[in-house]
Amino acid sequence: MDAATKKQLEIAATRIRMAVIEGTYHAKSGHPGGSLSIADTLSYLYFSEMRIRPEQPDWEDRDRFVLSKGHAAPALYGALAVRGFFSEELIPTLRHIGSVLQGHPDMKHIPGVDMSTGSLGQGVSAAAGMALGAKLSDKAFRVYTILGDGELEEGQVWEAAMFAAHKKLDNLCVIVDNNDLQIDGSLDEVNSPYPIPEKFAAFGFHVIEIPAHDFDRIEAAFAEARQVKGRPTAIIQKSIKGKGVDFMENQVGWHGKAPNDEEYAKAMTALRATLAAVSEGEV
Amino acid sequence: MSEVKKIATRDSYGAALVELGKSNPDLVVLDADLSAATKTGIFKKAFPDRFINAGIAEGNMMSVAAGLATTGKTVFASSFAMFAAGRAFEQVRNSIGYPHLNVKIGATHAGISVGEDGATHQCCEDIALMRSIPGMTILNPADDTEARKAVFAAAALDGPVYLRLGRLAVPVLFDKDYPFAVGKGVQLVAGNDVTIVATGLLVAEALIAAEQLKNEGISARVIDMATIKPIDRDILVAAAGETGAIVTAEEHNVIGGLGSAVTEVICETVPVPVLRVGVMDTFGKSGPAKELLPLFGLCAANIAAKAKDAIRAKH
Repeated sequence: MDAATKKQLEIAATRIRMAVIEGTYHAKSGHPGGSLSIADTLSYLYFSEMRIRPEQPDWEDRDRFVLSKGHAAPALYGALAVRGFFSEELIPTLRHIGSVLQGHPDMKHIPGVDMSTGSLGQGVSAAAGMALGAKLSDKAFRVYTILGDGELEEGQVWEAAMFAAHKKLDNLCVIVDNNDLQIDGSLDEVNSPYPIPEKFAAFGFHVIEIPAHDFDRIEAAFAEARQVKGRPTAIIQKSIKGKGVDFMENQVGWHGKAPNDEEYAKAMTALRATLAAVSEGEV
Repeated sequence: MSEVKKIATRDSYGAALVELGKSNPDLVVLDADLSAATKTGIFKKAFPDRFINAGIAEGNMMSVAAGLATTGKTVFASSFAMFAAGRAFEQVRNSIGYPHLNVKIGATHAGISVGEDGATHQCCEDIALMRSIPGMTILNPADDTEARKAVFAAAALDGPVYLRLGRLAVPVLFDKDYPFAVGKGVQLVAGNDVTIVATGLLVAEALIAAEQLKNEGISARVIDMATIKPIDRDILVAAAGETGAIVTAEEHNVIGGLGSAVTEVICETVPVPVLRVGVMDTFGKSGPAKELLPLFGLCAANIAAKAKDAIRAKH
């Protein structure tokens, strides 16, 4: 990946993280931890990987994205706003009465949201349905979906995995955000879905394991996924919950809690510094 | 008297899907390993490329159907009512209902008339579940003609539809000119003393009950209420005003089904006695359908008895 592209992706990822903090702070609720852990992935998807038209969100040949871990909506809204699907000024209206930005993604009212999600396990099935729709209509679009690692405890994920592999949906790319924490604690404390790569492999997926916060590895993984024929791909990304805001990193308490005034100021100061650093050298 | 022709509405469903498939290239049919029983197997034979077997995983099937619908497909997703509305309720609610997607749920084997399989498969709660989802249309056809028309009407509607179909062969009541329309009840028999509002296979029993009542000098109006949601308020309000008493008849729990829907309308508009014929908040049991239906009071004799009770309840 060339330096200019990487810089653009880092800037976008940082702005997505700022939107996560901005949104959850003004909402006084929401899920910052698991939103911050997917910011780099969303930056890559929306600024490099997916064929999309922000000015025409319902373009029928667009690549689709389904946020199966729908509680990470603040990050998705950040990505859509930064990419130009709607104004960044909407971000502080997250979860407010009268705002289109519902607590979980709402495809009927938010430009660029391809599926309403929030109930875990269902998004990946819907993504499989979209991929099947592309096959039935001889369309070339691809479908991407991000699942939480705790979400893998939902039985429907494995119904969907069985279905996607059996129907040979090689246009489906499942990303598992493996930050190792769920609401009640670490995955191992609650009800372990490990080993994750082996499970997807056993279900018939092509499996790629990457660190989640490395754009070179992200780029390589999605490029590899596009070459796979006859079966879907699962990218298992080892991520850091709360990534990018030091006091939130790897802290289970930041799964579903909004920052207070002090924490908000501290987080935004840090992210502004990051933005300045990654933007350095810009004209 | 010549033998009345009988056809199960699940057979009508399979046949209508094939007809629809000829004119609608975007039609896709899903099933969960029950295609021989739901009769989507007939569609599979005609259009193998547009039939998808999701296997025994109804929750996934409903969310897959939702995803397919977002790509412009008209999707019919089929299973037994117990699993389509029961097991997959939350997928129907969140993946299909909330985004108001174009998925039609073809739920066969509804009610007590499943017969020998018994209580685990006799779904008498599906109407209640589906009625509680905003924007869901519920169709419960009475015979072959109405079932075929319901399939085409469901496909023409924008949004989710729950089609309630049966396993048991039931009398063909209507000819092809029957005026079926979504959201409209149809008055089958004129009458002034009491109104019988029936749905599904109890429409045939309601017609027999009206005949029995006529022989006793009682004039019973009969309404076929194939659409349970949105309910036809106008025909109910008129019936309450003109006959002063109502009996509902359905192969479903009296809680949450047609009886509840009718009662809600009548209590809020023209309060008159409403008595409900249905499954009296109990589970089913195994046995031949034809014997089970009267055992659970789902028969003309009980409808006629309730009609007389309703008339007595008038002042």
